[in-house]
Amino acid sequence: MKSRYDVLVIGGGPAGALAAQTAVEKGLSACIVEKRPAIGSPVRCAEGIGKEALTEFIDPDPTWISAEMTGATIVAPDGFVMQLSSKMAGGKVGYVLDRKIFDRELVWRAADAGADVAVKSRAAAPIMENGVVKGAKIDHAGKMTSVRAEVVIAADGVESKFAKWCGIDTTVPVREIMSGVQYVMTGIDIDPESTVFYLGNEVAPEGYLWVFPKGPKSANVGIGISGKKSGEGHRAKDYLDKYVKKTFPKGKTIEYIPGGVSVCRPLECTVADGLMLTGDAARVVDPLTGGGIYNAMFTGKLAAQTAADCIGKGDVSKKALMAYDKAWRASKMGKTIDRNYHIKEYLIKQPDEKLNEIIHSVSKIDMTEFTTLNLVKEIIRVNPKLVLELGALAASLR
Amino acid sequence: MLKVHRDICGYCGCCVSVCKEGALELIDAYLSVEENCTSCGVCAKVCPLGALEVVHEKQV
Repeated sequence: MKSRYDVLVIGGGPAGALAAQTAVEKGLSACIVEKRPAIGSPVRCAEGIGKEALTEFIDPDPTWISAEMTGATIVAPDGFVMQLSSKMAGGKVGYVLDRKIFDRELVWRAADAGADVAVKSRAAAPIMENGVVKGAKIDHAGKMTSVRAEVVIAADGVESKFAKWCGIDTTVPVREIMSGVQYVMTGIDIDPESTVFYLGNEVAPEGYLWVFPKGPKSANVGIGISGKKSGEGHRAKDYLDKYVKKTFPKGKTIEYIPGGVSVCRPLECTVADGLMLTGDAARVVDPLTGGGIYNAMFTGKLAAQTAADCIGKGDVSKKALMAYDKAWRASKMGKTIDRNYHIKEYLIKQPDEKLNEIIHSVSKIDMTEFTTLNLVKEIIRVNPKLVLELGALAASLR
Repeated sequence: MLKVHRDICGYCGCCVSVCKEGALELIDAYLSVEENCTSCGVCAKVCPLGALEVVHEKQV
């Protein structure tokens, strides 16, 4: 680690890796600082990602793909099952990744491209001059050093502190944090090619419970519930244990993963003078699905591209860096977040009877393109009155 | 004051994200609680495992 870089990236997840790789490919010097001693661990993720989304950034590689999905299943509160499959014959619609290996691959690529990487290196404070971010104080295995940078890209995840230290309020509202737990289980009977989502206020209040296959008899079995609904005796772990005891009594848990996922709107502004926020730290998780891998890679790459432009022009002010904020909001990702936020807000207010009714209306969907948008469109097609309930949003869904 | 049951804590950082004061920080596998904690209990509520507890100190 040197004392000065063009771009200092805080966090070695998918957002940080793409940011660093992109920065060096643009001819900048860059360093990733990761507070943990290893990239990729511990995993805080259900590890699912759509095929189209993944391949936009990287060609699928069996070394970090646990399983390939051909469909998805939604289980209504009353147990009714809705099957989603791809119209494409034998179509792969998505993957369940092995994030430990995947994240490492992404950081490896950044390093091979020329980025420096420092693990067990925690950003302990920003370096600020006249309100402008100029780098960070890095605690590297107990030794404090100052690293100056033209631009700091904060990719420090759900537990992000860096932006807060710089004066940006990143607090997630209690009702919009998904309080989650996941077990990596083996020895369980599952459909190894389909993800399963369980909905309902008894199963997972204002969230969902998932089974994402990792192999023929293994899966990520997890749950996210609204922080508002969490409390002593009815926490995410309580709900998950209840499900696991009933459904997979003989399954073996080989990994125990708690975690939080934000399902709020993205931060009002994701840049400041000399600072850019990406991925979970920018709260750009999809509020409907809780998926964040693609959004992290997308914002990480875009942030570095903008940083390169701005550094090239000698202006890293908030005003200049706003090009990044505007670009991701105008992107397909930004629009999807906006739309899915409204759909999420609608769905969490529905009683189980209403969810049953909606899911019963479509038992099987063959989708040309496997997206939540197409799922919602299909549901609306058979439930025309939903158009009224969804209000202004409905127009954008037709 | 906020008590961290370290045997239960899975150091995931869910609590850090909801703390308005910025009083919590996840330092690798250690959750640190700063002095500006107001014992509001929001973190204890959202903890997926139940590792946080607001304990009221006995008056001496």
